[in-house]
Amino acid sequence: MQQIAIVGYQQSDCVSWAGATNEVELIMPVLRRVFDQVGLANAQDVDFVCSGSCDYLQGAAFAFVAGVDALGAVPPIKESHVEMDAAWALYESMLKIRMGHAKSALIYGFGKSSPGELPIVLSQQLDPYYLAPQWVDTISLAAMQARLMLDQGLITERDMAEVVARSRGNALNNPHAQLSGDIAVDELLAQETYVSPLRKSDCPPVSDGASAVIICTVEQAIEWGVPYAIISGIDHRIESHNLAMRDLTDSVSTRQAAQGAGMADGSVDVAELYAPFSHQEIILTRALGLGENTQVNPSGGVLAGNLMMASGLSRIGELFNRITSGEARRGIAHATSGPCLQHNLVTVVESA
Amino acid sequence: MSQPEVLTQAFELGFTYTRSTGPVVGRFLTELRDRRIFGIKGSDGRVIVPPMEYDPVTAEELSEFVEVGQQGEIVSFAWVKEPRAAHPFDRPFAWAMIKLDGADVAMIHCVAAQSEGELATGARVQAVWADETRGFITDIRCFELAQEN
Amino acid sequence: MSEEREMITGIEAPIYLQYKFTAGSAPARFLSQVKKGVLTGQRCPGCQNVYCPPRGSCAACGLPTEEEVVLSDKATVQSFTIVAIPIPNNPIQPPYIIANLVPDGSNISFIHLMSECVNEEVHIGQRVQALWKPEEEWDYAMDNIRYFKPIDEPDVPVDRIGTMPVTGWEG
Repeated sequence: MQQIAIVGYQQSDCVSWAGATNEVELIMPVLRRVFDQVGLANAQDVDFVCSGSCDYLQGAAFAFVAGVDALGAVPPIKESHVEMDAAWALYESMLKIRMGHAKSALIYGFGKSSPGELPIVLSQQLDPYYLAPQWVDTISLAAMQARLMLDQGLITERDMAEVVARSRGNALNNPHAQLSGDIAVDELLAQETYVSPLRKSDCPPVSDGASAVIICTVEQAIEWGVPYAIISGIDHRIESHNLAMRDLTDSVSTRQAAQGAGMADGSVDVAELYAPFSHQEIILTRALGLGENTQVNPSGGVLAGNLMMASGLSRIGELFNRITSGEARRGIAHATSGPCLQHNLVTVVESA
Repeated sequence: MSQPEVLTQAFELGFTYTRSTGPVVGRFLTELRDRRIFGIKGSDGRVIVPPMEYDPVTAEELSEFVEVGQQGEIVSFAWVKEPRAAHPFDRPFAWAMIKLDGADVAMIHCVAAQSEGELATGARVQAVWADETRGFITDIRCFELAQEN
Repeated sequence: MSEEREMITGIEAPIYLQYKFTAGSAPARFLSQVKKGVLTGQRCPGCQNVYCPPRGSCAACGLPTEEEVVLSDKATVQSFTIVAIPIPNNPIQPPYIIANLVPDGSNISFIHLMSECVNEEVHIGQRVQALWKPEEEWDYAMDNIRYFKPIDEPDVPVDRIGTMPVTGWEG
């Protein structure tokens, strides 16, 4: 099968409010940096472009079309979009390359969540008869998931706080992080609950920003003469929309996706997991069977900055950075979508 | 280049959807209007409330409706200290997964309580009906702690 | 009684979501000038085209546009349509004209209304000028211009539409 390489990754800062920055202005600087990283002029120099975003976040219809204004799409380019995290746009791009329809692809995701009330906006992705009309927010759903785990003795609040403390600490080395710092577990535990049993620190911040990745065939990467890492596997699985028919204390779909992607075929030095809530990182780590030899979320993960529709792609990009810098030889990136880890994608990336 | 002024404007986005219910959701909502709660039997015999149209495991079309109790127990809950404008209460309340008597799968609804401490996993709750029912999920206004018999 | 027992077959499930929109940098600069009664555009550093209203990028080149250019409020009709159906909640009564207009000094059209014209005589290449609201009503809004109306200038040939300098067109 055609081997596919990652050759570029850039992300904007995660900020709580992008201010006077529209979609194009948010995306364009990130695209410029990723083009420069690979030595390309603009989107005309890749064969395919695919983006991930959701117009409901900022309440602007066809915002994803406005995003195309950042590409330089004259003469017309091959372009597509997923109303999902851009990690799925990368998946679509890989199919495009494997079908022989492209040798290279630019993938970008952007999210401007600050204009709306994100947990309420996301409530409208739920069952339209039974849940959306109740406006059940996504933080509350995660809180119920956390309580299931706490009640069953699967985790403690201290376990959750340890995830947060490590995220904030790791994020000190991530210049694009929104939340970082040295914070003691006891200090976190001393904070009052927000949507009990969750504390505010167990929840991701609301973030605005964008990220971009360029992938291509290995031959193309060699021709461009840039450092690259190999995507050796990718798979995604989704669970029932009925939350009560899922085992919310586990992530079956993540485990299946990891099997499909071939995670077990080698060591996992690094795992970048899209765990919006602290307890979900523990669910994912266990579902994937990750042990002490795996460094989890060296970037700080999305507890340090959560770009809806881009952070899944960024997980893949962060892994690419670890591998091309020589810090890791092989690892996995995980992306999620939907409430309580409903839909999960796992990508395996290896050094060239 | 001068720094631009920051121009902001609040606005409301409205989607005035009407939805066809189909026979399964329609039956459930019809029964709610009559202040009864119905579930449906899944392929493995489990009673699912609210009813699903297809079994998530076998994909079998489901049709065997079963009336369930109006009391049940809390499987998990989230205590909302600061309700949001869209929420059903303007004072602290809980979202909960509630397994009704006779059901095997929990439903998600809101629970009225004075404080988080009143609630617990396993606590018994009962449905409180809206003054007027119309065939909508909020015909069950909320759940509250069941009266001890 | 039979009505009471009728099966539910549909529900009304309206969704209302609240947002706070913030204009981007380029639109904010544009709107700040419109509030002063001035139309501005931004020039692409690549193809040199001037966009009005600017969105912050040249969609053709994918480059940021930063150079601000003051435009004329005289414009040329690039295309138009006569609208014969009323728009809900719109006070404008049909038939009326919506036109793609290129202001002098810009290369790309924007959409606005035309009035004080004979609808059947509106044509491509026609010269028009903005009719502004009274200054005390000016806000951060394109409807500071009520509409564009024809002016007594010769038509612009089709192949020259979108190339008028800010100094205008003498024919």
